[in-house]
Parts: sequence; C-alpha cells; structure tokens
Amino acid sequence: MISIKRRSIGDIIGDIIIYLVVTLLAVIMVIPFIYVIAASFAKEAEIQTRPIFFIPENPTLDAYKQVFSPSGMGPTVLRSLLISICVTLVGTLINLFFTLTMAYGLSRPNLIGKKPLLNMVLFTMVFGGGMIPLFLVVKALGMYDTYAALILPGCISAYNMLIIRNFFIELPNELEEAAAIDGCTEIGIFLKIALPLSMPIIATFGLFYAVGHWNDYFGALMYLNDSKKYPFQLVLRNLVMQTQDNSTSLDELPPEDTLKMAVIVIGTVPILCVYPFLQKYFAAGVMVGAVKG
Amino acid sequence: MAKAQKVALSAEEKAVIKRKRKAQIFKDRWVYLLLLPGFLYFIIFKIVPMWGILIAFKDYFPTTQFWGAGLTKNWIGFDNFIQFFTDSSFLQLLRNTLIISLMNIIFFFPLPIILALLLNEMKVQWYKKAVQTLVYVPHFVSMVVIASITFMLVKEPSSSAQSGGALYEIVKTLTGKEMHALGGGWAIYWVLLIQNIWKETGWGTIIFLAALAGVDVEQYEAAIVDGANRWQQLIYITIPAIMGTVVTMFVLRMGSVLDTGFEQIILMQNTLNRTNSETFDTYVYQYGRVEGNYGYTTAVSLFKSIVSLICIQTANRLAKAVGQAGLF
Repeated sequence: MISIKRRSIGDIIGDIIIYLVVTLLAVIMVIPFIYVIAASFAKEAEIQTRPIFFIPENPTLDAYKQVFSPSGMGPTVLRSLLISICVTLVGTLINLFFTLTMAYGLSRPNLIGKKPLLNMVLFTMVFGGGMIPLFLVVKALGMYDTYAALILPGCISAYNMLIIRNFFIELPNELEEAAAIDGCTEIGIFLKIALPLSMPIIATFGLFYAVGHWNDYFGALMYLNDSKKYPFQLVLRNLVMQTQDNSTSLDELPPEDTLKMAVIVIGTVPILCVYPFLQKYFAAGVMVGAVKG
Repeated sequence: MAKAQKVALSAEEKAVIKRKRKAQIFKDRWVYLLLLPGFLYFIIFKIVPMWGILIAFKDYFPTTQFWGAGLTKNWIGFDNFIQFFTDSSFLQLLRNTLIISLMNIIFFFPLPIILALLLNEMKVQWYKKAVQTLVYVPHFVSMVVIASITFMLVKEPSSSAQSGGALYEIVKTLTGKEMHALGGGWAIYWVLLIQNIWKETGWGTIIFLAALAGVDVEQYEAAIVDGANRWQQLIYITIPAIMGTVVTMFVLRMGSVLDTGFEQIILMQNTLNRTNSETFDTYVYQYGRVEGNYGYTTAVSLFKSIVSLICIQTANRLAKAVGQAGLF
C-alpha cells in the first residue's frame, strides 16, 4: 500500500488562511446591515457622535413611531408599502404566466417556427431599441403613469425563460405521451404534468421576479408621474436624496438619519423574510444550464 | 425528359411536405396558443422599440407625432449623430463609461472566481454554507438601500454631526486625510466599484461553484497518488475545469462593456461628481427622458447598442479562437 500523507504543515496553514480570509469577507459584507439595524433603534444624537456601533446606548422606537405617525410621513410610507406589495404580487404572477407559457411552448419538439422565434429572443438579448423608444411605446399604449408600466415592459426575462425552457426539455417524455394518448391537449399536459413537476424551479424564479419588483425604483422613475403612486423604493430614494440633492428648499428640514435607517429596515425586512426560501433553491443546478443557453 | 420528371416529383414531394407541415401545425395548435402571450410581449416591448430607433434620424420632441402623419416629417438624416460626435460631451461620456467598466473588469471580475476557489477549498460543509448565506445577502438588497447605506458610511462631519460615517473616520484615522467620497475626481469611480464588489461578489460565485462541483473527484485522488500538492491540484485540475465558465462570463462581460446601468449611478450622482459619473446610460436618461431630447438621445443609445453588438461578436470570436466554446 502506498501511504498518502494527506495533511502537511503547509496544508494546515493554508486552511487557516483560507478560513480567516473568507470569514473576514463575509463579516465585512454583513456589518453595514447590522449597523443600519442598530442605528434605526438609536437616538439621532448617537448616530451623529459615534461613527459606528452595533448596540445602541439607549434603544428607542422613536424612529419607527415617527415613520408610521399618522400626522407625519405615516400615510406616505404605508401607501407606498401597499403599492409595492400589490405590484410585487400581481407583477410576479404575470411574470410567471408569460414566462412559463412561452418556455413550455418553446420546449416542444418539432414545433414549426420554433427556430425563428428562439432567434428573435436571442437577438433581443444582445440588441435593443433603447430607453427612449421603449418609453414612447409604453406611452403610446396609454400605460404612462399606470402600474401596468411597472409590470408589463419587463414581464419576461429572456434569460430566465431560456433556463426554464431547458428544464422543460429535460422533463421525461413518457408521462406526456401517456397523457396525450389519454386525449389530453397540450394545454392540459402543461397544466397537469409539466407545471406540477417543476414547482421548485417555478418557486425559484417566482422569488427572483418578486425580489426584482420589490427592489425596483427605476421603473417608477421612468413611467410614473404622480407622486401618490410611487412604490416604496422610490419613496425611500426621495427621502434619502433630500439631503444629497442641492435642490432642497430651506424651509424643509432634512429628515433625521435614524428615520432613514428605520425606513431602510422596513424596506429590507420582506427580502430577509423570503431569503431562507430563496436560499433553498440556490442549489447551483438551477443556474448552470443558463450561461450556455 | 428526366428533368421534367424530377420537377414533377419534387412538386409532389412539396405537396407531401406541405401536408405534413399543416398536420404538424394543426397538432401543435394549443402550443401556439401558449406561445401567444410571450410572442406578443417580445413583439410589443422588444421589436417595436427597435423600429422606434427611426426617431434617431429625426428632429423629434415629445410633442412630435410618431404614428401616422408624423412619419414622413422632420427627417434630418445623420444630424443627431454628427451633433453627438462633435459635441464635447461625447468624449467625456466615452471616457467615464470605459473607466467605470474597465475598473469593474479588472478589479471586480476576478473576485467571484477567487472567492469560489476559496469556498471550494473549505471542507467544513456547515461553515461553508453559513458563509455563503452571508455573502449572498447584499445581492438581494435593493440598490436604493445600498446607496443609502453608502451615504451613511461616507458621511462627512457637519454642523449637526460631530462624527463622520464609519468609513470616513476609518480613512481619517489610517491616513489622516479627509475623504470626500462623493466629491469630484476619481472618488466616485472607487465608490461605484466598491459598491459593486460588496453587492455582487458573493452572488457571482454561484456560477463558478456550479462549475467546480462538476469536477470529477477521481482526478484529485489520482493527483494525490501522484504526489501533487494542493497548489498543483489547483493549477492543473481546478482552474482548467472552470476555464470554460470563466471565458463565457468574460465574453458576456466584454459584450456589455458600455452598459454601466442606470440604477446605481443615478443614485450616486450629484452636481459635484457629474462630470466624472455621467455615462451613456445616465446621459440618455437625463437628457432624453427628463429633458425631452428624444431623437438625439435615441441616436446616442443606438450608437451604444451597435458598439455593444460589435463588442460581443468580437469577444465571442476571440473566445472561439483560443479554443473555447463561445456563446453562439
């Protein structure tokens, strides 16, 4: 037998360095979020005198009370939260409907016209009309200043659609053939066989789409005019920008930092709530087929 | 005679093929129904805007009619392009865009690969999972939140704040200099780069970890038997195994060298750093969407799209030339 010396001194030192470096990186990436949470429970004076802290000296809920105060910014924040929740829910359902039907259609073998359709999709991934023509199309369709403009112009991500298509192609054919013999139409096969078999991937991309909607502020910036329709991220942006922008009028005091931190926490909590579910599907497999289309 | 027969036969064949095609199309009629919503989406929101590129050749303003009567009016040929290329802002935009993109390619692109290789060396599975959980978080946090936190961290002391943000104070303690992260000069480029590193390094590892998971364990066992040390295993097995993925990602990245995105830069932009942070994307938004110079900015984004298309084609050819699969 050849004896294999598995771990030399060099290996152990290497391991220590690797674990230290990676741990340090992970901690650095998360520290800012912990600071924001701590700052949202702190008094304004503490934020202005201590550069960083993780446990406030005098924890207080003042900032949150102020965010939700009925006389102050409460109505704006609650309305924008409600808008964001609705846009996220409706938007994600529409995303899934459009993406799944197209992915399934394009996964069928021997479909006449599949090749040109696929080529069209691939072409749109490398070339586009640009921001202004898309804006004019949205406007011409009468969607300017409506929530449809936040949902429809991006209702299929070509990239996601192609990954799901690959998944449908790899589903076993036997079940589908059996269903077809039983007189099931393609729509029946899609609903009763393909969809139930792909729940994990549907959940994954549903969550990706949902996070995208929740985090989106640019769509609102492009297509919404009425500030009463603004989703949460745009309200947060305007709040934070009040001190960054020189256009602030003097009679309007900039919002306190602790207030901003509280709003950030409120906007991020939903993401952290779905995060464990998202993570369940990170299983690398999902993304692999993607790159090579 | 033979020729005529052949023609007749092929006509017959044609009829057969035609019938078969019709039968296939009829068989797939429900599939076409399923494809309809997606097809309409791509036509309306992807193809029609490409037709809208025509306004790049027009003197087009928000009040101009596009459909119907407006179609034949206000054609100005390449004037928008000539105006753009001779404008002093063209070189400025090109410079800013290239600096931001190249800094990302040089400093950011290798990081997910390195982190994935480090994670791959970690044999304590629960610890590796925990680290992954933490480094993926910033990817799912919105850009607005990332920007807001950045403002807090680099805040400078003022009349109401005795202490600056954490990063400001750290830099001051270490170097004794006051950091004006959101002021003029190159500072904004580093801010954008570091934000990107913070947000996307962890998530970027996924694709490489997937490639690493596909490496055959037997190769490592054989290498160990042959007396290869850890470093040699990395050089001769691991890195060749992920090279295909690295090249593919690099091709994609080069193809989007002019895409700096709007979301991040518009949030970080202010009057002090605008000359350095204005890129093609933000310029089109500001000058077109906000100020209404539709025709002119469509010309700008058309120029950008065409250069991008050339970039991705070139990068793909290069990838194939060095023996990688390429994208298409």
